[in-house]
Order: sequence, then C-alpha cells, then structure tokens
Amino acid sequence: MTTKQLSGAEIFMQSLIAEGVDTLFGYPGGAIMPVYDALYDYRDRLNHILVRHEQGAIHAAEGYARVSGKVGVCLVTSGPGATNTITGIADAMLDSTPVVVIAGQVGTKMLGTDAFQECDIVNVAHPISKWAYQIRSAEDIAPAIKRAFHIASTGRPGPVVLDFTKNAQIEKAEYIPQEIGFLRSYEAVPETKPGSIEAAAELINAAQKPLVLIGQGVELGNAQEEVRQLIEKADMPAGCTLLGLSCLPSAHPLNMGMLGMHGSLASNVKTQECDLLVAIGMRFDDRITGNISTYARQAKKIHFDIDPSEINKNIPVDVAVLGNCKDTVARVLELVKPANHQAWRDSFQSYHDTERTKVIDPEIHPAGGPIRMGEVIDRVSTQAHDKAIVVTDVGQNQMMSARYSRFSESRSIVTSGGMGTMGFGLPAAIGATFAAPERTTCLFVGDGGIQMTIEELGTIMEQQCPVKIILLNNNFLGNVRQWQELFFQSRYSFTHLLSPDYSKIAEAYRLPYALVTEREQLNEAIATMLATEGPYLLEVAVMEEDNVLPMCCPGNDVDDMLLEI
Amino acid sequence: MEQNNTLYTLIIFSENIAGLLNAVTSVFTRRQINIESLNVSASSIQGLHRYTITCFSDECTMKKVTKQIEKKIGVVRASYFVSSEIYIQEVALFKLSTPKMLEHGEISKTIRIHSGKIVEVNPIYSIVTIDGMTDEILSLYENLTQWDCILQFVRSGAIAITKNRRELLDEYLAEREKKFNENEGRC
Repeated sequence: MTTKQLSGAEIFMQSLIAEGVDTLFGYPGGAIMPVYDALYDYRDRLNHILVRHEQGAIHAAEGYARVSGKVGVCLVTSGPGATNTITGIADAMLDSTPVVVIAGQVGTKMLGTDAFQECDIVNVAHPISKWAYQIRSAEDIAPAIKRAFHIASTGRPGPVVLDFTKNAQIEKAEYIPQEIGFLRSYEAVPETKPGSIEAAAELINAAQKPLVLIGQGVELGNAQEEVRQLIEKADMPAGCTLLGLSCLPSAHPLNMGMLGMHGSLASNVKTQECDLLVAIGMRFDDRITGNISTYARQAKKIHFDIDPSEINKNIPVDVAVLGNCKDTVARVLELVKPANHQAWRDSFQSYHDTERTKVIDPEIHPAGGPIRMGEVIDRVSTQAHDKAIVVTDVGQNQMMSARYSRFSESRSIVTSGGMGTMGFGLPAAIGATFAAPERTTCLFVGDGGIQMTIEELGTIMEQQCPVKIILLNNNFLGNVRQWQELFFQSRYSFTHLLSPDYSKIAEAYRLPYALVTEREQLNEAIATMLATEGPYLLEVAVMEEDNVLPMCCPGNDVDDMLLEI
Repeated sequence: MEQNNTLYTLIIFSENIAGLLNAVTSVFTRRQINIESLNVSASSIQGLHRYTITCFSDECTMKKVTKQIEKKIGVVRASYFVSSEIYIQEVALFKLSTPKMLEHGEISKTIRIHSGKIVEVNPIYSIVTIDGMTDEILSLYENLTQWDCILQFVRSGAIAITKNRRELLDEYLAEREKKFNENEGRC
C-alpha cells in the first residue's frame, strides 16, 4: 500500500489545522513561498492577515494570543523577515505570551554559506525565546509543529521560533498526526512540593494584615475565579500588576489598584505595612518592587508560580507554591479559614482619598487648561461601560491607560510590560480584534508610538479591523520627557517631536477621523467613535507637559511615592 | 555579602541538540560569571550529553543559575556542587623538548614524582600526560618551566562524578516518565 505523499508545505497546513489554528499574521518572501503557495488552497480554513511589516505580524500575534488565550501564529520569510520579528519575540518572552513564529530559511544545502536572505535565526532567537528549532526535512514538520504549540502554550507560556528550511517545504512525505509523548527535557508544570499548600494556608490563616499581589499568571492559568474566592474568603485586599489588571474586576471591593511605579498609593504603601504578601503569578519585577532591599521586609511572603526559576529570583520568600495556580490556589482555598480584616481593609481608604484629591481629580476632572490624558481615558472607559479591551502603546499613554481604565472582564488589557516596546500597540490591537471581534477594542497610543508602526494602518484599512484608536498627542515622547524633567534638569534632549497631519494620514488610509482640541467636544467625539462601525482614529490634543503620578522613582522604596512635582 | 570565591561545579544533562551549548553558556554571560572550565561529552544515558562547568561564585547565584539553565527546553537536569561533593579530574598534555630532557635528568624525575606518563619520545620532542586536580597539574607545569623545556601545554576542562550513593538523574527520569504514563492513562 502506498501512503499519501504531501509536500512539506501541505503537511505544515495540516499540522496547523490540527493545532486548532484558524488565524495567522504574516508577510511572504522568497524562502517561505512554497508555504504561501500551499496557503492559497487553505484560505477557507486559515485566515491569513497580511500585515505591512513583520514586526506588525508578531505584535498582532501577541495581541491575538493575549485576548484569545490561544497561541498566536506569525508567518514570515527568512533573513530580514525573521529578524524583523525579533523585538516581538523578546516582548513575548518577557510577557509570557504564547506565540509561534514560523520563519522561512534557505535550503539545507545552502545553510552556512551566507546565501541570499540567510540568517542564523535559531541562534539569534535562543536567548529571547522559549524554544527555537530548525526544521530540515518534511518528515520533521509535523513533530516540530506539535512540539512548538505544546511548548508555547503550556507551563509558563512563551514564544517559539521555527526555522523552516525551503527544501523541507518542498520535499514530500506522509502526514502523520502527532501526539505529545513524554518529553524528558520539558516539564510544563512543576510538582507542588509536599507541605507547601498547608504552609501557605497556615500563613494566610495567621495573617492579620494580608496583601495579595495578582499577576498575569492568574489569567494565563485561568484562575481568576479561584483567586477571587481566596481573597474573599480570607478577606485579603489585593493589588494587580500592569499585566494582571483585568484578572480582578476594578470595581471589586478588595481591589486596591495597580501595584508599582505608577500604581495606587494605597497598594504601594500597604506593601510596606502588611504582615503577609501573597504573590500569585507575578515575578517581582523592579517596576513593582522599587528598592528590593527594603521591599516588604516586615512581611512573610508566599509565592505561587509555575516557573521554578522565578522563586527567590528577586525577592526571597517564605513559602513557594509551585504549580498551576488554578490548582494550587484552589487547594489552599480549601484550607483557608474565613476571616475578617475590616480594620486593615479600611486603613487603605485614607490613602485612596489622598490620591484622589492630589492626583486623580486634577487628572480626570481638571478645572481648566488643556485636556489631560487621564480624563480622555476615564471618559472612554465610562462610555465603553468598562468592558472594552484596552490595548496600549508604551509610555505615558500606557501608564495613564492602566491607571484610568476600569476593567470588568478578563483578558482585557493588552500592553507591553516587560519589554516596554513602543510601537506594540497598533499591531497588537489588530490582533485583539481578530481574537474577539464581538468586543470593543480601544487602543491608547501616543504620537511617538503610533509613528513607530504606523504602516499597520494599511492592515487596518484592508481588513477593516474595528480598532478604536485614541491618539493622545502631546507632541512629546512624554515619558522620557517626564524623566528628563525629574532627573535631568528638564533638559529635553530629543523628546519633542513633530507629527504628521493625522487627518491626512487618516484620509490616506480611508479611516474615519476626528480631532478634539477642546474639553467640551470630548464626550461627543468618544460617543461617535464608539458608535462608528469598523476602525476609527480619534486624535486628542492633550497637555504637552503632563506627568504620570503618583510615581515611585527608580530605586526608591516602594512606599516613597511622589504625588506632585 | 557572600564572596564569589567558592569553586562550584555544575553538572548539566541535556538533549544532544545544536545550539543548546550556546543557550546554557548565555546564562553565565548574562550574570557576568566567568566560566573557568567546560567539558561536554556523551553521558551514560542514551542521547543525553553531560556538561561539566566550573566557575567561582556564591551559593545564592548558583541556585538561580541552575534553575535558569534547567528552564531551557532541551536541558533535562542541572545541579551544582562544591568540591567535597564530587570527585573531579582534569587531564593535561605537555610537549617537551627532548634535547632539554636529555640535558637535564631532573625533568624525567619531576615527571615521575608528579605521576606523569611519557607516552611518546622522538629526537625532537616528547609527549607527557598527567591527570589529576588543577593544582597537581599546575604544580608540574610550574616545576617544568624552570628548565624552559615546554613547547606546548594544554589542560582539559574538569570532569566530575558525584559522590551520591544514589543515581538521582535515573530516578528522576523514571519518576517523571511514570507520572506521565499515569496521567496519560487517566485521560
């Protein structure tokens, strides 16, 4: 009996479909052409989104993954196609985003000869990816794809790079559906150490002033419900990291706001007063901890994480609970006794009040003067009923979005946390619209960031992606300018920038557009934007030299927060 | 603050995959740890390579480094040891000038005292091998320099065997595979 022989490119299509892939973001080129040729016959099953730059493809795949919880797929050619994805791969690595990048590669016989568009992408990608692997034969395709999706999506998720040689795309082989067998060199979920569940419950039961730190791991592990039950049962106030903002509804009475450098005053001050810190699916980034030598020294600490290398990496902890937090938090929940910490909970209020008077009210209800970023974001959040997917770029627009957006649904914040990648927002928002076409996707972006990946407006035009782009234009690289004001004697070295005429940009890309320069126009303009089907570009001229506050300056103790400058 | 003056030996097992060595050593580079010696060769378990890496560091850093190495896909196990927990050896080769050896009889005597072996002699040069700890090898080297007879000298990376009474990697892999099969059975 003869077996059915398929080309490598067709095996690749079959393997993607077997992984449940239906959307991919990509850009063709020489070394991936056999795959694109096969894709032509799979257009009914695989929706390929043609981006305008490979960096756009990887960020779109990231946005798609963050909102859908599925693996984002990015298809590019060799050489520059592959290297253009590098920023996104590193971004996905730091933010634990499951993406698979498939890059074409010159034929196996040409490898190492400096052939046209040859780049050793496996070695380039090694330190910034969860796994990087070169496919050299058609037989190797199905196992490699199976393993790639398994590794990208399980354990602590991350980016996988497959370097797909051209001969493997062309050669013929049989397609054999794959199963993941025993992998001796990959343990997705580490074993929970005996006694750690009990020890964690014991510390929680003994605590008088507990504080929970909720990170993106809660969303990645789908443990939102377990965590909510835990904090309610043990009556523990909680703060969220930037990436964990939508793990717990903003309106939840135990949600004390964002942690870290521009987080809420209360959650940061109370970090230094609590007697127990319960960190769940977060990694004690320096933007969260401030000065690590003084960080929560008075408190016992519990750390729930799926990645053993995060335990004691930055902050030593008393109890480490390894495993998937959906499972481990549920087990701790069973052993936790109902508690009431009202006095402790109430003690947050005066800090909320201070922050409201000194920072929030002036930002979202200014008495006059130029429009502030915070008020734009606050009003968009209100008009979108706190249900929008909030995609941000990086900088002041990001911190303001994090501070003044409210979240009521999970998987609603898409932002570049670890890498802080400017230019991330626009393509990531494209990806988000494909992950949840029924939801409203709002992108908050600055005039610096939008110009980094502005070519993706072409993708938005072609696909009619319903991204509501709120361009907060302050004619500055605002965050760097703020640091220059604070730490470099207001020497604004190359942070003032000239923007193009965005009305003409919008016209060229056939996007509905409005410009708001007066506060009185704002509500109506937002309403029009949200009511318009498809994409929209709303430019708001905001205060040029606004500052994101409060602020824990780098290296300072976490409770040492600037409320005014 | 701990001083970075303890010699640690890391023993790492990984799949035999191109590029992994790079991935492993990059963990040291990122933490600015200088690798003193490195040896990679096949292990007793089929398909697995064994790395022996020595470096000066402190225990806290070593803990983090081994966890970060173990996290690499393709690495099966990474462990660190201090010298008392392992039996460690290096090999060195000397190429010596035969005329100088004939001129100074003490050279051959010194080689014998250090348990070195002369494995090849011709009129131009002689080859000497020695195995042992770093200081033993360096002691022979230092002694030989006084006669200016060394034409070439090379010292291998350290290789080490743990002094555990149990073969922990075998047990670990057997346990992991058992658990995987149990989970498969449950599905």
